[in-house]
Amino acid sequence: MKPFAYHQPDQIPDAAKLLTSIEDSKLVAGGMTLIPTLKQRLASPTALVDLSKLGSLKGITDDAATITIGAMTPHAVVAASKLIQTKIPGLAALASMIGDPAVRSRGTIGGSVANNDPAADYPAGVLGLGATIITSKREIAADKFFLGLFETALELGEIITAIRFPVPVKAGYAKFKAPASRYALVGVFVAKFPDGVRVAVTGAGPGVFRVPPMEAALSGHFDPSAIAAIKIDTDGLASDIHAEADYRAHLVTVMAKRAVEAALS
Amino acid sequence: MGNVIGIGAAPKRKEDQRFLTGRGNYVSDIKRPGMAAGVFVRSPHGHAVLRGIDKSDALASPGVIAVLTGDDVADDGLGSLPCGWGITDAKGMPMKEPPFPMLAQDKVRFVGDMVAFVIAETPEQANAAADLLKIDYKVLPSVVGVLEAVRPDAPQLFEDVPNNICCDWELGDKAAVETAFKKAAHVARLSLVNNRLIGNPMEPRAAIAEYEPGTDRYTLWTTSQFPHVVRFLMGALVLNIPQHKLRVVAPDVGGGFGVKQFHYGEEAVITWAAKRVRRPVKWVASRSEGYVSDRHGRDHVTEAELALDETGKFLAFRVNTLANMGGYLSTFGPNIPTNLYGPLLGGVYTTPAIYCNVKVVFTNTVPVDAYRGAGRPEATFVLERIVDVAASEMGIDRVEIRRRNMIPKEAYPYQTPVLVQYDSGDPMGCLDGALVAADVKNFGARKAASARKGKFRGLGYSTYVEACGLAPSRFAGRLGARGGLYESATVRVHPTGQVTVMIGTHNHGQGHETTFAQIVSDKLGVAFENVDIVFGDTDRVQFGMGTYGSRSLVVGGAALSKATDKVIVKGKKIAAHLLEASEADIQFEAGKFSVAGTDRIKTFEEIAGAAYVPHNYPLEVLEPGLEEQAYYDPVNFTYPGGCHIAEVEVDPETGTVTLVNYTAVDDVGTVINPMIVEGQLHGGIVQGVGQALFENAVYDEGSGQLLSGSLMDYCMPRADHLPMMKVATHSTLCTHTPMGVKGCGEVGTIGSPAAVINAVVDALSHLGVTHVDMPATPNRIWRLLQNASLPVAAE
Repeated sequence: MKPFAYHQPDQIPDAAKLLTSIEDSKLVAGGMTLIPTLKQRLASPTALVDLSKLGSLKGITDDAATITIGAMTPHAVVAASKLIQTKIPGLAALASMIGDPAVRSRGTIGGSVANNDPAADYPAGVLGLGATIITSKREIAADKFFLGLFETALELGEIITAIRFPVPVKAGYAKFKAPASRYALVGVFVAKFPDGVRVAVTGAGPGVFRVPPMEAALSGHFDPSAIAAIKIDTDGLASDIHAEADYRAHLVTVMAKRAVEAALS
Repeated sequence: MGNVIGIGAAPKRKEDQRFLTGRGNYVSDIKRPGMAAGVFVRSPHGHAVLRGIDKSDALASPGVIAVLTGDDVADDGLGSLPCGWGITDAKGMPMKEPPFPMLAQDKVRFVGDMVAFVIAETPEQANAAADLLKIDYKVLPSVVGVLEAVRPDAPQLFEDVPNNICCDWELGDKAAVETAFKKAAHVARLSLVNNRLIGNPMEPRAAIAEYEPGTDRYTLWTTSQFPHVVRFLMGALVLNIPQHKLRVVAPDVGGGFGVKQFHYGEEAVITWAAKRVRRPVKWVASRSEGYVSDRHGRDHVTEAELALDETGKFLAFRVNTLANMGGYLSTFGPNIPTNLYGPLLGGVYTTPAIYCNVKVVFTNTVPVDAYRGAGRPEATFVLERIVDVAASEMGIDRVEIRRRNMIPKEAYPYQTPVLVQYDSGDPMGCLDGALVAADVKNFGARKAASARKGKFRGLGYSTYVEACGLAPSRFAGRLGARGGLYESATVRVHPTGQVTVMIGTHNHGQGHETTFAQIVSDKLGVAFENVDIVFGDTDRVQFGMGTYGSRSLVVGGAALSKATDKVIVKGKKIAAHLLEASEADIQFEAGKFSVAGTDRIKTFEEIAGAAYVPHNYPLEVLEPGLEEQAYYDPVNFTYPGGCHIAEVEVDPETGTVTLVNYTAVDDVGTVINPMIVEGQLHGGIVQGVGQALFENAVYDEGSGQLLSGSLMDYCMPRADHLPMMKVATHSTLCTHTPMGVKGCGEVGTIGSPAAVINAVVDALSHLGVTHVDMPATPNRIWRLLQNASLPVAAE
């Protein structure tokens, strides 16, 4: 690890100011991606701005139609939340499948979404549910937020404060874990709303994406059989030592079916 | 006053008290006064000419003490890292043995090859300075696979090693095998890959070296399975340090699996550097560094043919293997795919003629050497796979074809056609026991239940035999060993009757402190808690060859048993004097010396006291003191064997293989501590399952980059991958070891890969699948099913 300055602001504007005023500074939330990267000397920020003192970023609230999760809420809290288990059980299930117990205790929803790892779980839940990302500056719809490999709509100095999820009729997540890393080799989140179905895929490509043909088919008939014959184009899908693109494409269909099964169960 | 806990009991492990309470003493825990930090700079290229290194910026970096390179090694006239085995080819010519410099000179030959050593006040400063080294590489094409390396146009690693072939080795009667094949009613053929593995001990390698100018002595603390061998190889052959001026300490070591049974260049560099800078120097590898520098295992490509008569009797077995050595010859490197592979191709069968050719090949990869099982899992995998292929092709039941060819219990000792003579065994008994324990008779019902869920269930058998208890020195010497393979133990009885044992094996997870204490407690009638086992320090332990090849109990335990017997013999002499009886009339049992047929006794403690306070003592004929030493050189290998049965379920939709049941019945000879044996079997089986289903070290051809370079991409088996295992022993006693022991450290790893893969093939056989290469990953299975002759019927 190379030396860096460490800041722990207690106000969001202070954190934003540190980020914009210090060149090559970085936010650290749970640190589950950043700290290993620092330890391997693959990144060398000049300063870390730690969000852990910002109490307003933690916690889960709801109203009639939505649930809002503070950006610094750890995965384990989401997984164990009675509120989320009752209203969006698919999202609680997703959180319970991330990493291992240590990662789930430290890692946060805001950190995961801001990092936009192409194989992370939360982007599938956020995009699949059509959530809204609330930042220190504005609100961004999930469809406009994820821009590709580790890229998001966040601007310099912009900090995610919470994510607001609409409560679906049904939702489910199915994940095929990469054997070694246990990131999603393919993860599919399916959510049924009164006005239609959303299907979001993580792990298969350079970033989370939706599958309109599956959404149309499931909007007509919310059942695994409706999408069993829908094949995904291999163009643009990832290929590596664990899985070539055609296998990932096949898994998208299998995991989408299983996500629907999970939503129906 | 504690109790005697003897042979066959299962006390909790003595050493676990300190491990589980965080009081272990590992190399990285050790701090020496004035200690500096060292980091190795490693080649990022698989193959390159090293044109020059500019140290100036690195030397000017804050805190830097020294930057050492291959030129400094050459200037000091130091030796090459030695290979402990010199094998010969089919024509009797010695293997090609190019030098293995401890820091690269002229060329680098794998990603991770050491180029420089940077010493600074702190690890951070050393790392920062390492980034400033300007190394001028001329990158060359790399070759990483054995098939590619022997092609005529392949990149050449060494000028004087044509076609990258280190040795073209053979074993067996080629002509007899050819004759048998001509008479065969059926010939089964199989091409397979034995995948490359990375050992992954929990504790990464580490070393600290210190030089004391006052005594001209060096001390090296290192994560080693064999400190005395490191002292010899490094002191005598690399650094020219006299043995009495070099102390090597391997304290608590967090797992080895073979990875730590080699003399590594890091050890030599740091010891040499400590004298140059007159400071203790410490190096601790990161996990990623271990991936590109710990010796890898396996990596074979094999063509095998089995000739059978019309009844399914094996007539002859022919095996041609290309074995990857990596970029240089490591300590045991060329021995593993030859002497520890070919002689095991007979397995538990009566195959009368066997021929094996192994081309040992250099590639631009980390040197390959012994990894738990070392050669014997590879042999077992080839044999047990092709037996299944033959059974399937001839329409003979897989268990039946094994029975028809098994060596009957009465036929032991059994001379194989490939050098080794098995002293004892009962393969049929192990098979019968495993069939019952695995509930094979109800497999059909379980398979039907799986089918109802859309899953394919398969059952796989593997029998095996291994040669362990390395090794009879004379025999090993004929095969090319450059050292002895005996073991030594000293039993020191203190004046108050407690016992300290100094033994040359090394405990790094095997439970020796418990097992060896049980042997002493049993034999001397001393309380278990009153026996301590000392190992891992060349200044405290007389000598030893270390721990590998399932040898610690077999060879080390035998030396301990012999030394303990000598203590009893001397004790009887002392007792005879004190009891005024003839020595021949003295009996020793349960810690008491008695005169036969009387109630006159002396306790072990009384005898120990008399030996050290010799007022009433036969000083004219007997030395005072009670301490005995023994060296033991085995007369033969030991041959544990057994039968493993794996049961898997395949999800045809995703290709995922789930191991649902696992049964092992093993013949390990006398069991000292059944709990420890069970643990060794569990761990060994898991490592074999890892090879079969998950683990794969993958290099990029051309660049030589290790693509599976971390635990993110190299999949280790985890608890949730495994079912509860059924493990039992069905032991015959070794006829030539003092306690009848055979060893159990590697058996699990040897039996399991073939059992698992045979189960996977069985699950998919209705689709026309006849072989699956390891690891049987979901991606690989799904792809096989896409190409299978029948449509996937998942519904």
